[in-house]
Amino acid sequence: MENMVNVFLFGKKYQVPDNLTIMRAMEYAGYELVRGCGCRNGFCGACATIYRIAGDRDLKACLACQTKVEDNMYVATLPFFPLVKQVYDIETVNTTEQVMMQLYPEIYACVGCNACTNACTQGLNVMQYIAYAQRGDFEACAEESFDCVMCGVCSSRCPAGISHPQVAMLARRINGKYLAPKCGHLEDRVQEIKDGSFTELIEALMQKPIDEMKELYNTREIEK
Amino acid sequence: MYAEQFQKSLKAVEEARANNIALEPQRMTAQQKEDLLAEFHPDYRKAEFTELKMGPNKGDKVPHELAETLQAHARIKAEDVDLTSPAYDVDVLIIGGGGAGASAAIEAHEAGANVMIVTKLRIGDANTMMAEGGIQAADKANDSPAIHFVDAFGGGHFAAKRELLRKLVCDAPEAIQWLNELGVEFDKDAEGNMITTHGGGTSRKRMHAAKDYSGAEIMRTLRDEVLNRQIPVVDFTAAVELILDENGKAAGAVLMNMETKELLVARAKTVIIATGGAGRMHYQGFPTSNHYGATADGLVLGYRVGAKLLYAETLQYHPTGAAFPEQIFGALVTEKVRSLGAKLVNVNGEVFMHPLETRDVAAASIIRECNARGNGVETGSGLGVWLDTPMIEKIGGEGTIMKRIPAMWRMFDKYGIDIRKEPILVYPTLHYQNGGLDITEDGMTTNVENLFVAGEAVGGIHGRNRLMGNSLLDIIVFGRSAGKNAAAKAQNTEVGTLTLSHIAKFEQEIEDAGIVTDTVSPKLLPSYARK
Repeated sequence: MENMVNVFLFGKKYQVPDNLTIMRAMEYAGYELVRGCGCRNGFCGACATIYRIAGDRDLKACLACQTKVEDNMYVATLPFFPLVKQVYDIETVNTTEQVMMQLYPEIYACVGCNACTNACTQGLNVMQYIAYAQRGDFEACAEESFDCVMCGVCSSRCPAGISHPQVAMLARRINGKYLAPKCGHLEDRVQEIKDGSFTELIEALMQKPIDEMKELYNTREIEK
Repeated sequence: MYAEQFQKSLKAVEEARANNIALEPQRMTAQQKEDLLAEFHPDYRKAEFTELKMGPNKGDKVPHELAETLQAHARIKAEDVDLTSPAYDVDVLIIGGGGAGASAAIEAHEAGANVMIVTKLRIGDANTMMAEGGIQAADKANDSPAIHFVDAFGGGHFAAKRELLRKLVCDAPEAIQWLNELGVEFDKDAEGNMITTHGGGTSRKRMHAAKDYSGAEIMRTLRDEVLNRQIPVVDFTAAVELILDENGKAAGAVLMNMETKELLVARAKTVIIATGGAGRMHYQGFPTSNHYGATADGLVLGYRVGAKLLYAETLQYHPTGAAFPEQIFGALVTEKVRSLGAKLVNVNGEVFMHPLETRDVAAASIIRECNARGNGVETGSGLGVWLDTPMIEKIGGEGTIMKRIPAMWRMFDKYGIDIRKEPILVYPTLHYQNGGLDITEDGMTTNVENLFVAGEAVGGIHGRNRLMGNSLLDIIVFGRSAGKNAAAKAQNTEVGTLTLSHIAKFEQEIEDAGIVTDTVSPKLLPSYARK
């Protein structure tokens, strides 16, 4: 027999089995989701949700697809949050700390309340990655923010109006393109292909009868 | 922490771990693989397939669920919309906001085209976002596009269209370079060398990754670039029908606002279908690792206007979907877990296969172990086998899991399972649509002019099974190519008078074939609300 719990979806009470995620509980209650539902596996950030257990002072945040219901849980989904996304050209963007002053100056108004970190649905140290961005340490910002799914809950809690996920996005792109070491073997291989170094090999495979292709495949050497 | 019922089996797994790590299991022979697939792979269960009675692939077998949605009524009639005053008029219309659609949009924009993306959810709500393990490219000294070709061709049972596969492997290194130049953060060592691993069926270590957020890192970067270029993205709006012109060329689509149901007309010189896969069709009742909108819409849109399907009867069941806890039942456990050394182990603690066979073989082997051999673990919602994740820390050193597969750790940690210390339970999950619309090397469908396709909606690039890491690759290679070619084709295209006459024609064919159905398509979203 299923154990039932009371959940309050946007304040309205429903009884649902206690083993469901919040997302499945909404569907159990009869919701046909369009907004607030994306990958259903914790990667896309579409189902940002805030909740409070009755009697608890803490307001909590989670992804609805990754969190089990609890008894007396008051749930409100946050299917969209108006983050500020500044437009820039990745080819000409300033790669020093000044870029943050240009595009996201509000990060310097951070009051250090840590509400962003407390709210993060991925358990990231959000305030720390903003601190890295402030001082132009984009590599550290990129690493600290890497698991961000850009759900926006951090920004919804920020008194300084910071759009943390977009700040981190900028830092990661600058790091990936400009700061991380260049890959020599990749550049070489692209050039070799352009020079036609593999054309003969490939064209031979294009013509080969299936039996010979099978032989080639079944006897190929596999790197340890 | 696992409940009491699992403890006996867990103990066996733990006791055997040291020996199992040292063990180098035999790979199967070609004949053994063939026999295994024929008996245990879901694609070979004849009762699960039916013959299409009408349309471009009349006579071909496809899964029942796909046949139902292909041979269904349109959502609209021609008279429901006014084609003479389109709400949108563009050069290139891209249907779908995943990795293929975003790549196509960036390249079409780069080529100077007036391009627009329409997507039924948000840009980035796509299987691309959920790809974990990595992306293949033969860019190391001991590797070559030719070796990559042989791996993929054999892994796909020698059925790939060779000219498509040639493009895939030859354009792969440049695709990685393009992504890196956009700012995608690949795992590299201090000198900048790519950190690469094996995937099932690869003969060289050519799997590039961004931890186990490879797809997410690629998708969020592409999305950011689309937004930087200020390419219009019309979200929460589905394409429900393609529009042809009087000459039978693709010339736009009828769009439907997912929330208000308002219908809008988009006119375009060329159209790119980048609608992705079909996991939410739940073929054969399987759970899926796919995103909410994976409902084969592009196949339906194309089929109605006469575009042919290729290998629509072949689906990929990812061997390692989560089998426990039930809250994440069917969710993807990346193949990278096995690339890093974890082996598959049965209820008795025995390794029963080489962990890096191709996905179809691995899935069939797990099904055999659980069902025919009775060596599965009862999970409470079915059977599963162990994937012994603590092996990774023993082999790669402590900290490997947090560094290389943090998303996997997080997924199970939420349910009290620390994958560094405890193994996890897995069973095959519906993962990928191997087949799709038939295209030529330039990305255009073989028989509808100006209709391009990219990404998972394409059939024939991989053949009848796909290797890990070749899908993230194909969305980039064929997405970019479709964007460039659709932009170029648009330059020389004069759109004739728009028409939806194909709808009535299709309805007539349904009737003539004696099909009686209430189903309408495209499906757009699965129906999960409790009735």
